[in-house]
Amino acid sequence: MITIDKVSKHYGNFQVLTDCSTHVNKGEVVVVCGPSGSGKSTLIKCVNGLEPFQDGAIHVNGTSVGAPKTNLSKLRAHVGMVFQHFELFPHMTISDNLRLAQIKVLKRDKDEAAEKGHYFLDRVGLKAHAHKFPGQLSGGQQQRVAIARALAMDPICMLFDEPTSALDPEMINEVLDVMTELAQEGMTMMCVTHEMGFAKRVAHRVIFMDHGKIVEDDSKEAFFANPRSERAQQFLAKILQH
Amino acid sequence: MEYQWNWGVFLLPSAVNDGTYLDWMFAGLKTTLVLSLSAWLIALLFGAVVGVLRTVPHRGLSGVATAYVEMFRNIPLLVQLFFWYFVLPELLPAGIGNAFKAMNPFAQQFVAAMVCLGFFTSARVAEQVRSGINALPRGQKNAGLALGLTLPQTYRHVMLPMAFRLVVPPLTSEFLNIFKNSAVCSTIGLLELAAQGRQLVDYTAQPYESFVAVTVAYVLINVVVMLLMRKVEVVVRVPGYLGGK
Repeated sequence: MITIDKVSKHYGNFQVLTDCSTHVNKGEVVVVCGPSGSGKSTLIKCVNGLEPFQDGAIHVNGTSVGAPKTNLSKLRAHVGMVFQHFELFPHMTISDNLRLAQIKVLKRDKDEAAEKGHYFLDRVGLKAHAHKFPGQLSGGQQQRVAIARALAMDPICMLFDEPTSALDPEMINEVLDVMTELAQEGMTMMCVTHEMGFAKRVAHRVIFMDHGKIVEDDSKEAFFANPRSERAQQFLAKILQH
Repeated sequence: MEYQWNWGVFLLPSAVNDGTYLDWMFAGLKTTLVLSLSAWLIALLFGAVVGVLRTVPHRGLSGVATAYVEMFRNIPLLVQLFFWYFVLPELLPAGIGNAFKAMNPFAQQFVAAMVCLGFFTSARVAEQVRSGINALPRGQKNAGLALGLTLPQTYRHVMLPMAFRLVVPPLTSEFLNIFKNSAVCSTIGLLELAAQGRQLVDYTAQPYESFVAVTVAYVLINVVVMLLMRKVEVVVRVPGYLGGK
């Protein structure tokens, strides 16, 4: 589904990603973790072309992301993305947030888009809030709407960029629950997250990054039982203490 | 020598017998209003376009927009006015230049003043629009693009609606400025409000009354603009965001 092949990226002299290679199979849930500044978010943004990269190649469902002739908008329409800060459109009701891209990108008619939007809003448990504006919802609710907005586009895979990092502790679980459910239904997912509990429960594979390199890429069992690199051992020791 | 106040001066028939002096003031007020409002339309239209272009990821387009802003922003309004009125008609192809000079003097002054004020203010509006776009969280653009919207669609549906809301207060200042700046246009002979006030002094020797009237008129215009823009702020307010309920 997603193959990342020797991807490197630099801003001027600053190397952000070095020679990153991995893949996400259909139906697989891959968690990407690592210390801040390790390039996790940059890597996941390369997958749908929000960040350009200089070397290597990324293919999503056979389409090359970096190729100049690729229609990125068309590709992104079917690759769902959820952001750290939700990024709902504040001037639109929840309902309109869910409909906008369906109408403008997928050319669905308004009623169909509304119906589809409400179906997913119901699935994340927020049907009663359709008429509200994003600013009137809590962070956790906004993030669930953001997930519903991505799902309404019928994505072939979902990218999560630290979806719970900006949330109050109380709200993290409601978002993780939605993601867990999604994973159990067989959605292909690539998640940048520090939620190791979620990784243990849901992930198939864990990727550990440090200084722009993929240091570790293993099944979750192997990763948690016996991380090979010292850096990953340190990382796990620090965050699993709690 | 004591100043002789005479507020009745406005009701006297004018020296050239075309109504009262009050009619002069109203004629000037009308010119100021029509001039400023039409220039404001130009400013909003060009300002919005140029402001957007300054933020697009395209060197050529943003470079042209930057040059536009710097040119109109860094040359004094008075110099620009003289350019549009005295210089440009000579530089234009003879057909257009002569057509301009064939218009009646008032129309010539009005068109030059409107275009000048419009472009001058558009550069300032462009900067406000640009700052509004740059003030948006970066993720908003990414969110639009990630949903498959094209860049123009993302601007149209995601970024600009919020950016314009953010810049309503600074745009209000520009809107107020355009009425005040319009007084500069009296220098090319356009009989707007300030010019009528000065003309009244020349004919009646009642400068205090005249300038009090002119001042009051400008204040009233700007009070109306302020109330109007406050209304706009309330109407476009987003619930749960930036002071909205």
